[in-house]
Amino acid sequence: MADEMDEMMEGGEIKKLMYMTRTAPYGTVYALEALEVVLIGAAFEQDVCMVFADDGLFQLKKGQNTEATGMKNFSPTYRALEMYDVEKLYVEKESMDARGMTEDDFIVDVEVKTSDELTSMMEDMDIVLNF
Amino acid sequence: MATINVAGKDIAVDEEGYLEDRNEWNEEIAAEMAKLDDCELTDSHWEVINFLREYYDEYQIAPAVRVLTKAIGKKLGKDKGNSKYLYELFPYGPAKQACKYAGLPKPTGCV
Repeated sequence: MADEMDEMMEGGEIKKLMYMTRTAPYGTVYALEALEVVLIGAAFEQDVCMVFADDGLFQLKKGQNTEATGMKNFSPTYRALEMYDVEKLYVEKESMDARGMTEDDFIVDVEVKTSDELTSMMEDMDIVLNF
Repeated sequence: MATINVAGKDIAVDEEGYLEDRNEWNEEIAAEMAKLDDCELTDSHWEVINFLREYYDEYQIAPAVRVLTKAIGKKLGKDKGNSKYLYELFPYGPAKQACKYAGLPKPTGCV
């Protein structure tokens, strides 16, 4: 990933970048790490989108309460993404349906995309980072 | 572990002087931290510090300086939402220094 970041910083060219996150918010550190990378990467002012698939959808679930786990509830931070100019948030439709979720379950506004739509978007990206 | 002494009480801070436990924060601690940096807190400083505390309560992060500048501009007016104004108040870097006094962690994405 370090090479990809170096590549991003070279030249003034704006790259298309997709961050893909697939894990539940707590239990592993992937979700929080992905979010932090997106926030830090925002300083490079690239054309960024973020995709939530599989259990990654639970990161955006409204009404999280982490008290019993002793972990910080970082779900409000997704609402800050817009201020970091990360405005394209996509949710995979198949993952959403499989979990009985709807757009109303999410703490931020998202666009729902089918797996096929995401696949063709992915082909259009310069860089895809998977968490 | 490093500490700073405020009103006879030792308060735990990390190696860069940020508060270990955000819940311990009070205005005296902020003033003492500023004093250690030879900085006296004015109403203008407090405006930014209080803004940051509200921001953290809402979003659970300390904003990067670019985001802070923009958000301050929106909330407190264009004359305050610029680097020059904020650097004059917080010469060590507005996000870093103001977050420290506000008892927040070091900002995410602070390069």
